[in-house]
Amino acid sequence: MPNGQTLVETRDLIMRFGPVTAVNGISFSVTRGEVVGFLGPNGAGKSTTMKIIAGFLEATSGSAFVAGHDSRRDPIPARQHLGYLPEGAPAYPDMTVADFLSFVAGLRGLTVRQTNNRLAELVESIDLAEVWNRRIEALSKGYKRRVGIAMALVHDPDVLILDEPTDGLDPNQKHEMRSLIRTLAPSKAIIVSTHILEEVEAICTRAIVIAHGKMLADATPAELLARAPERDPSLAQSVKTTRLEDAFRHITLEQTGV
Amino acid sequence: MKNLLIIFRREFSAYFATPLAAVFLVVFVALSSGMTFFMSGFFDRGQADLSAFFTWTPWLFLVLMPAVGMRLWAEERRLGTIELLMTLPVQPWLIVLGKWAAAFAFAGLALVLTMPLWVTVNYLGSPDNGVILASYIGAWLMAGAFLAISACVSALTKNQVLAFIGAVIIGFIFVMAGFDLVLSAVRPWAPDAVVQAIASMSFIGHFQRITDGVFEASAIVFFFSLISFALWLNVQILDARKAS
Repeated sequence: MPNGQTLVETRDLIMRFGPVTAVNGISFSVTRGEVVGFLGPNGAGKSTTMKIIAGFLEATSGSAFVAGHDSRRDPIPARQHLGYLPEGAPAYPDMTVADFLSFVAGLRGLTVRQTNNRLAELVESIDLAEVWNRRIEALSKGYKRRVGIAMALVHDPDVLILDEPTDGLDPNQKHEMRSLIRTLAPSKAIIVSTHILEEVEAICTRAIVIAHGKMLADATPAELLARAPERDPSLAQSVKTTRLEDAFRHITLEQTGV
Repeated sequence: MKNLLIIFRREFSAYFATPLAAVFLVVFVALSSGMTFFMSGFFDRGQADLSAFFTWTPWLFLVLMPAVGMRLWAEERRLGTIELLMTLPVQPWLIVLGKWAAAFAFAGLALVLTMPLWVTVNYLGSPDNGVILASYIGAWLMAGAFLAISACVSALTKNQVLAFIGAVIIGFIFVMAGFDLVLSAVRPWAPDAVVQAIASMSFIGHFQRITDGVFEASAIVFFFSLISFALWLNVQILDARKAS
């Protein structure tokens, strides 16, 4: 394990919404330097788990820690260490990019001078100069997503939780987003949710497969690949799949008995 | 304190991000002046006071304040921004207070824009300016109570229309609390003390005492307590929704 400091930990998280159990006993930890991919079908409980770690939802039972702080009992210090990009990268449409990021920086406790310095860095690294004074409602999906990433990075957090950061981006934008995550990786603990498998191979050091609220696998992408079943040569491959897709289908379909 | 100010500034400027604020202010001033002159017969009364204006204030607020407050939380929910707001390292009660204060300041601005009426009565006669000032303060506090109720209801839904309707209904009960419409529904089965208690919650009752020139501490205390309670409830609603 690189660096070795545990920055995110969940212990037996369970989340029930009425009769539905969305998250069912999820325990894992992430250390500095790791990029963990949350993989799973839609509705598997990936976002719910992330929301619990971020402190937006309270788990029915179990606990989540960010940099050693319980995200329910000790929420403020936990949140200070966390940058969280919610699903869909929500932002205030009536604000300009500059105003929105300054607003978040202010609430993150940065002084005006710190905010200006930090935003100057982010404009460069996330390439926002072109839209800096534009209202968020007028931005393309790609730029909106980038603004969301900048929002999550404003205070240079130890922990980064990104819910589908590349969703809706074109291939070039996806590539840029992945490069950005890779450059951030060594100094942080990062959790990224996705249902795009190539992404896991591209950026993750570890993948956690979730389906029906349960953890089905926690392994490196290479180990996951090894779990792909041998292809049956007698079956005509009408749909071309990658080895990782095979492994994903094998794990999520076979083990849950669907 | 700094966080409160940041949230206040953001919320207050959000009102002016669209033409809605201007439209609202124009409607408010037009309606309140229209009612003063045409429905209360401001000139025919031959009295140099603003009671023709303040008679209508609770009714105007009943509809217009929920329109100001409905967006406070419902819009955050609809946009999903509530998720980023509530995961910032800020105490939830500060966000609740900041949002309400922005709406309260906006209501204050609307009231200030009606002050040409005040100037007019001073030109026409010599009114008791102390009473008028007290009435303005009372009206502002009443607006604050309507807004705190609206914010509370807004936290329950992502639908602004529902938030508006809910706030109008609850506001209506508070406005009418001193009237038979509400009291007769309670009187047959509730003990006298309860009926009295409900009657004492009347917005109109408290406000009227202020406009009549009896600047009672109890009216001020009432509006302040109601605002505090509604904002406290707002925090509780946000907290409860974390588990569902």
